Amino acid sequence: MGLDTKPLSTLHGKSSYDLEDFPVPTGREESWRFTPLSRLRGLHDGTAPVTGSVVVEVHPSPEVSVETVGRDDSRVGKAYVPADRVSVQAFTSFEKATVITVPKEAVTSEPTVVNLRGESAEGATYGHLVVVVEPLAQAVVVLDHRGSAVYADNVEFVVGDGASLRVVSLQDWAGDAVHVSHHHAQLAKDATFKSFVVTLGGDLVRLSPSVSYTGRGGDADLSGLYFADAGQHLEHRLLVDHSVPDCRSHVDYRGALQGDEAHAVWIGDVIIRVEATGTDTYELNRNLILTDGARADSVPNLEILTGEVAGAGHASASGRLDDEHTFYLQARGIPYEEARRLVVRGYFAQLIQKIEVEEIRDRVLAAVEAELAR
Amino acid sequence: MPTLEIRDLHVAVEDKEILRGVDLTVRSGETHALMGPNGSGKSTLAYAIAGHPKYTVTSGTVTLDGEDVLSLSVDERARAGLFLAMQYPVEVPGVSVSNFLRSAVTAVRGEAPKLRLFTKELKEGMDALSIDASFAQRNLNEGFSGGEKKRHEILQLELLKPKIAVLDETDSGLDVDALRVVSEGVNRFRSTGETGVLLITHYTRILRYVKPDFVHVFAGGRIVEEGGPELADKLEAEGYERYTKASA
Ligand SMILES: Nc1ncnc2c1ncn2[C@@H]1O[C@H](COP(=O)(O)OP(=O)(O)OP(=O)(O)O)[C@@H](O)[C@H]1O
Ligand SMILES: [Mg+2]
Repeated sequence: MGLDTKPLSTLHGKSSYDLEDFPVPTGREESWRFTPLSRLRGLHDGTAPVTGSVVVEVHPSPEVSVETVGRDDSRVGKAYVPADRVSVQAFTSFEKATVITVPKEAVTSEPTVVNLRGESAEGATYGHLVVVVEPLAQAVVVLDHRGSAVYADNVEFVVGDGASLRVVSLQDWAGDAVHVSHHHAQLAKDATFKSFVVTLGGDLVRLSPSVSYTGRGGDADLSGLYFADAGQHLEHRLLVDHSVPDCRSHVDYRGALQGDEAHAVWIGDVIIRVEATGTDTYELNRNLILTDGARADSVPNLEILTGEVAGAGHASASGRLDDEHTFYLQARGIPYEEARRLVVRGYFAQLIQKIEVEEIRDRVLAAVEAELAR
Repeated sequence: MPTLEIRDLHVAVEDKEILRGVDLTVRSGETHALMGPNGSGKSTLAYAIAGHPKYTVTSGTVTLDGEDVLSLSVDERARAGLFLAMQYPVEVPGVSVSNFLRSAVTAVRGEAPKLRLFTKELKEGMDALSIDASFAQRNLNEGFSGGEKKRHEILQLELLKPKIAVLDETDSGLDVDALRVVSEGVNRFRSTGETGVLLITHYTRILRYVKPDFVHVFAGGRIVEEGGPELADKLEAEGYERYTKASA
């Protein structure tokens, strides 16, 4: 770690429910330096008129209860304290929160789908969602974002003792949408959390998934796939905070970029605190740059404060399509465009196989095909 | 009658001249063996024929049945009937063998084969080369042993049925059984009499199975001697020393 680099543990120390605690970012801050603030439409400085609309519809699995609650509900903000300016803006501005509860020991029979449909990108909308998976329960939740919106929200996943939650979050917005979101997962003893983030559409998407542990044996698996086209800014900022012994985290985010000013940012922060002995963590980010004019920033940060880890590693690789791959396929008669499609599909294939909801898997495959056909 | 004609071919890699005037004609029904020391440019010749982007043709011509090959893209050359079995087949992550083969066969034949017929054809092809059925689901060349990669190259040869095949050290690294299996595959390909083979090798052992009509000695980026099958035995006994000295 260089002298000018602040330790992660201090960088992520700050969190608060109070807007006043976070000054308006200037773009020079470590956590904002990659984000084009001028395209946030005022989400970061309080100037966004709250006149937008995002319709939230929940299609629950029968075992699950869904409530719409006010700001004062005790479950709201219990697992997560806002960690940056837009997050706290969303937290202090939303009117109704959705709370999804998977009761103790329930095993849901089908995915619970939350459709978030933006109706206009004229004004801002703020949202809040809480998913509580009680001890030993198992559930699959899909967040499906579509349409036009300027949307900032916080999502809390509270995974109880021995419970399991699989989440797919699709950012399939229209071209003019702006979305800034925090997804925080809190894992109790022996809890399992698997998230799969897919970001395809939107002018600017900045998604910050974070994980914390409250008991031993927590297991977080965070996968992500993004495809940035001309002019798009897609940013994923991960933070896994290991503060409990014997927990595991695995991060695998892969992106492809094509077109002028396509920009992807991936920040992977993992902290292993002094008390988190026996931690096993690995994070990986890969970017496939398909054309000139596209840019990927990839910054893995691993801060280890204990001497006893079970495993800790990270890798980041950004590069172009390998000529040798396309040559081999072309040498068998396959035209370049198709060879390129096969190779890019292959690059994502391993990851897409991990999506356990078949419908979503097919949709993601089709979306990747559509991106490649552009 | 397919004919591959190479005339005074000069090829450079990263501005370094590797091929220095290659002349070679391969007609259908003929098998040519090309032998020469390491680094003499045999693979460079194979890649230049296939159109690998790293190899720049600085002068000379390559034609297939009179048609200019050098102006074609890599995939057009393959569809025109050229095939290169590579010395080091490339691993392509995430692309399954079956998906790859179906795409290749579709491209070369100009239409998608009926799935049932293709499955059968693939199974027969794999059986004939003693390739386990599970390979169809594996990623292309990924984690294949050296011998498995070579068999898989010959499987492609048999499925794609080119006019002219260049086999770059397909025999290297094969055990005796694999050598026999691979040679039989090459001989099935030759058996129509309508195909030509350019077989690049260091060893005469494959030439006992796949009998060449002509043997060429390659040194210093060009062909320095030509003869019949007996030349191969002479090379094996005497080595390349007299050629490398002459070309240096
Ligand atoms: N892609 C490349 N980049 C740099 N140099 C190359 C490249 N390909 C070939 N060369 C050089 O060209 C020369 C000929 O190489 P080539 O692979 O054609 O030899 P070869 O006759 O096939 O050798 P071998 O018997 O070892 O397979 C060598 O000096 C090699 O280093
Ligand atoms: Mg070679």
